[in-house]
Formats: sequence, C-alpha cells, structure tokens
Amino acid sequence: MNLDKQLQVDSSPQSPMWQLTIARVRDFYREPAAIFWVYGFPLVLAVALGTAFRDRPIERIPVIVVADSPNPNVDTEKILKSLGMDSRLEVTLADSAKASRDLATGKASLLVIPKGEKPLLRAEKNRPESAMALGIVEAALLRARVGEMHQGKEEVEPDIQVETVAEVGGRYIDFLIPGLLGMNLMGGGLWGLGYVTVDLRVRKLLKRLVATPMSKIHFLLSLVLGRMGFLLLEIILLLGFAWLVFGVRIQGGLLPLAAAIMLGACCFQAVGLLVASRATSYEAVSGLMNLTMLPMYVLSGVFFSSDRFPLLIQPLIKLLPLTALNDSLRGVINEGQGITDISGNLIILAIWTLAAFFMAMKLFRWR
Amino acid sequence: MAAILCSGLFKSYPGKPLVEAVRGLDLRIEEGECFGILGPNGAGKTTTLEILEGLQDPTSGTVEILGKSWADHGNDIRQRIGITLQETRLSEKQTVAETLGLFRSFYKRGLSLDAAVAIVGLEAKKACRIGTLSGGQKQRVALACALVGDPDLLFLDEPSTGLDPQSRQQVWEVVRALKVRGKTILLTTHYMDEAEKLCDRLAVVDHGKVIALGSTDELISQFGGGNLVEFDTPRKAPSADVFNRLSGVKTVKLTHHENPGEAASHVVLQMAQPHLALPELLTMLEKAGAGLLSLNVRQATLEDVFLALTGRNLREDGK
Repeated sequence: MNLDKQLQVDSSPQSPMWQLTIARVRDFYREPAAIFWVYGFPLVLAVALGTAFRDRPIERIPVIVVADSPNPNVDTEKILKSLGMDSRLEVTLADSAKASRDLATGKASLLVIPKGEKPLLRAEKNRPESAMALGIVEAALLRARVGEMHQGKEEVEPDIQVETVAEVGGRYIDFLIPGLLGMNLMGGGLWGLGYVTVDLRVRKLLKRLVATPMSKIHFLLSLVLGRMGFLLLEIILLLGFAWLVFGVRIQGGLLPLAAAIMLGACCFQAVGLLVASRATSYEAVSGLMNLTMLPMYVLSGVFFSSDRFPLLIQPLIKLLPLTALNDSLRGVINEGQGITDISGNLIILAIWTLAAFFMAMKLFRWR
Repeated sequence: MAAILCSGLFKSYPGKPLVEAVRGLDLRIEEGECFGILGPNGAGKTTTLEILEGLQDPTSGTVEILGKSWADHGNDIRQRIGITLQETRLSEKQTVAETLGLFRSFYKRGLSLDAAVAIVGLEAKKACRIGTLSGGQKQRVALACALVGDPDLLFLDEPSTGLDPQSRQQVWEVVRALKVRGKTILLTTHYMDEAEKLCDRLAVVDHGKVIALGSTDELISQFGGGNLVEFDTPRKAPSADVFNRLSGVKTVKLTHHENPGEAASHVVLQMAQPHLALPELLTMLEKAGAGLLSLNVRQATLEDVFLALTGRNLREDGK
C-alpha cells in the first residue's frame, strides 16, 4: 500500500445535496422494473381503458315479447311490427319461462306481455337499460297508436330532430387521463418517499447516513428533488401520449395545471414520509401504503366519477387528497378552470401536505 | 486527552420485562490506541458502541468523544469519526466510486476517492457496482466509507463477522494499516483471534458490564497465564486435592461423567511449567488406576479467560 497516496487529503468535495439527489436518480434509472411501473404502466392503462371505452357501437336493447299467453284483446303481431320499426330495439319472441329467466339474468331489458286489456311491460327497477327500454317501447307503442288514429298510418314521425355527438373533452378518455395523472402522483409520492425511506432503514443505510455529518434536511430535500425530476418526465409522457393518441387537450392554463400538480406531488410525498416514519419492514410499509391508497383509488374518482357514491359520504370523499387533486386536474384539463375555480381543492391539498409533513417529522425514526 | 471517555453508562429499553442492555459501563480509550470490546452476542457491545457513536442516547451516564459531548458538539464529532455498522447493505446499483463520493461529500475535509479505495485495496473495483462484489469486498467498501472523511477515531462493529478466512485477513490488514497511521480505533468482536491480533487493550464485556480490562497478555496472566493441560481418563480420576499437590499447578477443573462408553473424568489443569508437572501427573494417574485416554497441552487464550470469568464459552449462544 502506498502511504503517500493514503495521505492525499482532498478538501474540495462535491455538494452533498447534489450527491444525494444523483444517487437517488441512479438508484431509480438503474432499476428497469421501476421505470416500467412509473412510466410504462400508466400508458398501458390509458391505452387499454381508452380503447375499451372508445367508439363503442350503439348497443341495441334486447326486448322480449312473451309468446305463450294468447290474448284476443292484444294483437301480438302488431306489437312486434311497431317495436321492430325502432332500430334501437332488438325484439325477440320467447315463452314466459325463458323470458323471465332472461330478464332476471340481464339478457333481456324488458318484457312485453300481451295479457289483460293492454300489453303489460315488465321492467327491472334497478337497471338503467330497463328504464331506457321502457321509454323506447312506450314511445314506439304510442307512435303506432297515434298513427292508427291518423287515417290508418302505420307510424307518425314526431316533430323533433335527433343528433348524437362525441366531442373532445367529454369522452371517457378525457375523464380518465386526469384521473391517471392523479393516481400516478399519489403512487409516485408514496413509493418515492415512503418505500424508498423504509428501504434505506431496513438496509441500515439510513442509520449509517445519520452517523455521518450529513444534514437531514439535505437528505429529505434530495428525495423530494429526485421525485420531482421523475415526475416531470411522467407528466410530459402521459399528457403528451394522451394528446397524440387520443387527442386529449388541456383546456385550461398551464399555471393552474402546474399548481395542482405541484401541490398534489408535495401532498403525497408528505403522506409518503408519514407512512414511512416508523415502519421497519417492507411488509409494514407495503401494508400502510395500500391502506392509504386503496380507499382513494376507489373513492376519489380515478376510473369513474366519485359522484356515484351515496350523498351521505360525499363531503368526506371531497376532503380526501386524491379527490381534491383529481377534481382540480379535471377542472383545468377538461373544463378550462382557472386558479380561483380550483382554489378550494388546492387549499385542501395544502392542509393535507402541512399536516402530514409535521406529523411525519414528529414521528420520524432516523435509525 | 482520552479519545473516548464514558462513565456510568446505562441503557435500558422499555418492555416487559425491562431490557437492560448496558448496566454501568466505564471506559477510557486513549488516542492512538486500538481498543477491543470482546464479549458474546447479546453482551451489550453494539448498544455501547451506538451510544458512543451518538446513534442512541444512554438512559444515564456521560460520554465524551475527542473531548466533546454529543449534546453540544454532535456535528463536530461526526466530522471527525468514521463508522462501520454491523450490517449495512449499501445500494447495489451504485458503483464503489459513486458510493464513496456520496460519503465523501458529507465531510469538510477527507481523502480523495483514489486514496480511499487504495487503503482498502479495491483500486481494481472502483468502477464496479456494489452488487457485483463479494462479501469481503463489500465489507472493505464499508470500511472505505468510514475512512473517506479521514477520521481521527474509528468505530468498527464486528468488522469481520460473517466473512471467509481470506476476507478476514484482508480486513485485518486494513485495520493494521490504520493503526500504523496513528488512528484511534474502537472495535467490537466475539472472535478472540481478532481481539488478540488487532487490539492493544481489551475490555471483556458480559451482561452489559466490563468484567475484565487490559492487554491480551495482561488478561491471560490475570487469569493465571501459562499453559493448560487437558486430559480424559477412562476410570474416575482422583479428587482435586490430589492434582493440586502436583508442582506448579494453579487451578484444577474436574468434571465427572456417569454415562458408560464415555470418559469417566475430564480434567483441566492450569500450570506454569508443564515439563515439570507432567511426569508427576502421569505417575500419579497410573498409581490411582485412573488410566489415560488422551492428553493435550496448550497455551491459555482469551477464550479460557472468558470461560473462567463467566463459566460460558464466548460463542456458545452465538451464531
């Protein structure tokens, strides 16, 4: 061993902030699996869901006319003819046993039973297609009736015009993309700070770092900074992809969008830190992260609108950070809202951020 | 000035029952000394070390590192000490140089990365990722991380535990080189060979207390020193008094077995001059009709000191 070489003292070290951040970035980009889950997976989801719900052909509503109850008062042939004229319906004849079964299993949306004085329409109360079928069948029968009254015409055209549209901004993909962005910000924050911190703790590397003169603030900032770097790429990829492939456009300004994204990112990073503050095993932190994320995946309107949940719990849902983030993102991206329109949700995010951060700092174990 | 000074150190962890890891421990380690804390697993070595490293607070007692207290000068102390923990898993995806660069950045002054890898003999592995290194090489990277801030005082927690013999030798080489450079080193170990080869002075620790203190030679001579004669007899050996009368015998340890097929007695005699006592012993055994199955003469070691002090082997409850 060369003693002269050993005695070389170098007094111009690099900035610890930079070293910590770059180490974080290296750890990430040298892990192919992590890159897929962060960057690839949301795109796969967007493609899968976007195509699944795109250009859905107008489905015809199945209606069954029950054939085995002959009734002199009702002309089954005429009913079949009247309903057959409406292209939205798919009319079949079946006996009552099969008809009942099909209604129960959802294969038929409505039964037309020629019984008694007038035909009986049997619909399933809780099924939206049933209610739709009821309206269409009623209208078809009514048109036939009116036509009959007007000099024996088969059908009368109503005095209205119908037009259906699929406008950019109102499609499912337009709804989905901000939700995926919100979901990504949540997952990224929790993994990027929560899981990474616990990983360092489990490997005793956190303890080792704390034994050096490293500043704890530098350490935390480097995690945040690294995360923000990955995030920028994530957003550009997802929004760029959605624009190129599906033509999803950002209706609002970039400033309110950036504000929502930044606050959302900070919020979930603080929550990630809180989740990681005490956990000393991978199992514990995974459990805590799932416990945090799963309810919000379901309740906060990632894949479908949170308005579908009962009115009673709506105020609670509105207070969840992911709901606040998704609502802000949809407001800006889909509806072109400005910063004042989304300020309520931004305040909710800011409160979550501060509360989670201070609680995390109070509970945090550095070893 | 002492490099490390601690007195009346207690550490207990809440729980039922209360865990008392350290129970009244005093140490004074001089500058330039290589000091070892020797004891079995669970003796409180790591807890003691972590208190001295500022990673844990003692329940009571005082600690002074390089003349300063943790409470008032934590960061000053951290700038001047280097540490290896018992088990740190460095990031596998980073190279040796990247890892050292990170650790180097925390210190105001320290070694160049080339110097740090040279001390631990890993020049050829500088650009390799940690994940591709062997266990011994990883341990040497951990040592380099401790050295890169050019510390005055080094804490090494079981530096060679879990390594193969060759890797242990390499780690010992590094520690010896540091001793030559005048660094103060405090290491813990449960290997007596490691303690004997590296340490100027030792504290034998058991149940959170120092039970013996001194150099290897001092400890062995405190215990009685000299040589040990161990033998087994097929028939029951005479009583301890008979052995005590042999010339130069200091202690007698006699164990009788009842099981048929085994030796009836196992005897360990501690003596200064085996060449004088041995002929007497053989004659005596023949006269007593005890016979002789096997006989061994060896020098006393730290293991014997520990056994004499605690009645247990160093590693009987170990890994």
